[in-house]
Amino acid sequence: MEPLFQAWEKSGLEALTWGHPVMWALGLLLIYLAIRKQYEPYLLLPIGFGVILVNIPAAGLVADDGLLRIFYYGIQYEVVPPLIFLGLGAMTDFGPVIANPKTLLLGAGAQFGVYVAFFGALILGFSLPEAASIGIIGGADGPTTIFVTNSLAKDLLGVTAVSAYSYMALVPLIIPPIVRLLTTENERKIEMKQLRPVSKAEKIVFPLLATFVICLLVPKSTPLMGMLMVGNLFRESGVVKRLSEGAQNELMNIVTIVLGLSIATTLQAEAFLKAQVLQVFILGLVAFVFSVVGGTLLAKLMNLFLREKINPMIGAAGLSAVPMAARVIQVEGMKANPRNYLLMFAMGPNVAGVIGTVVAAGIFISLIG
Amino acid sequence: MAVHEVVFPMPGKVVSIDVEVGGAVSQNDTLAVFEAMKIEMPLAATAGGTVKEIKAAVGEMVEADALFCLIED
Repeated sequence: MEPLFQAWEKSGLEALTWGHPVMWALGLLLIYLAIRKQYEPYLLLPIGFGVILVNIPAAGLVADDGLLRIFYYGIQYEVVPPLIFLGLGAMTDFGPVIANPKTLLLGAGAQFGVYVAFFGALILGFSLPEAASIGIIGGADGPTTIFVTNSLAKDLLGVTAVSAYSYMALVPLIIPPIVRLLTTENERKIEMKQLRPVSKAEKIVFPLLATFVICLLVPKSTPLMGMLMVGNLFRESGVVKRLSEGAQNELMNIVTIVLGLSIATTLQAEAFLKAQVLQVFILGLVAFVFSVVGGTLLAKLMNLFLREKINPMIGAAGLSAVPMAARVIQVEGMKANPRNYLLMFAMGPNVAGVIGTVVAAGIFISLIG
Repeated sequence: MAVHEVVFPMPGKVVSIDVEVGGAVSQNDTLAVFEAMKIEMPLAATAGGTVKEIKAAVGEMVEADALFCLIED
């Protein structure tokens, strides 16, 4: 009998607590959502499987020398989120922002939810660093959320990351009812005049100028902003095609795998299953909703002063969640008017929203960190 | 008898063409489907009438303002 007992003691079963199966269920739910609903599958699939792995008792994947712990150093030392931004920069065409710089304002307006959730979290009793990490969910930007939470409130990392990615997946459900509530049928029908062509020189100057202006004003945003802009310069310079494509494809894919699996290390039963989690998820949704509200209302406000009206729905794309939010606006515009093509106009606030979120992140980190 | 131009509103790729030369269309009918940034969008008729000429082919990459077809009402 003795060897049997020993085998039992060494198996994971003895160390099993009620929390582990709950986390397995969460992992399976994320995998289900990724495969069946195709909700952010590139992230939710590795995160979901990782959650199961880290909640196998005694497997030691998150011990000091555990495999996933080592992956996680990429987040802890703030390497992985900036690398994602490098790829994102190489994938992003800032042309719609350059052609229509007003959209930068909308990208800023759609950060409204960040501050609403920040103050909401403070009222609910979260500390300043925790509240900032929860608020930044409203920027609808995964790497930035991870970056801020890692520097300010590490204990919340898994929750804020999963919350941000889950709501990003739900953007097609979150945006339409809000924009329909806040705009009239006639506003949704507004067609916009074609964007002016943007020259190659302008596209090359933009990442350089944006780096100088934003990084000098908000130095703490430099790791993310710098990588975003160097990736963009790779793309627009036209002379380092292999670097640009490598950043967009191979690097982005590899880093995404590491990011997804290492986020899972923060989703261990002992750390995750607390009452706070529910509050963070609710505040995350509040953040998303108010970011959409902020962007849409700011666009309506701008229309009071603009001779050539903009379709206020493009303000909602300032949420970021690139390019999903812009696609949703295209679909909504077309429902109101079959010849309404808002995609490119919505891309302006959409990519400006990424910049807005990084700036908000830099402000939080410099004021609170 | 006026001739209306239908142009692509943004750069993209033609996914399908849903009308033929000589076919009758009404305003806002889907003439073709094109794809930009991984989203498929219908190209709607700017006017009702008869399709005169089709200038694009399935699979072709088109620029913004590229002519798709002429419609004669």
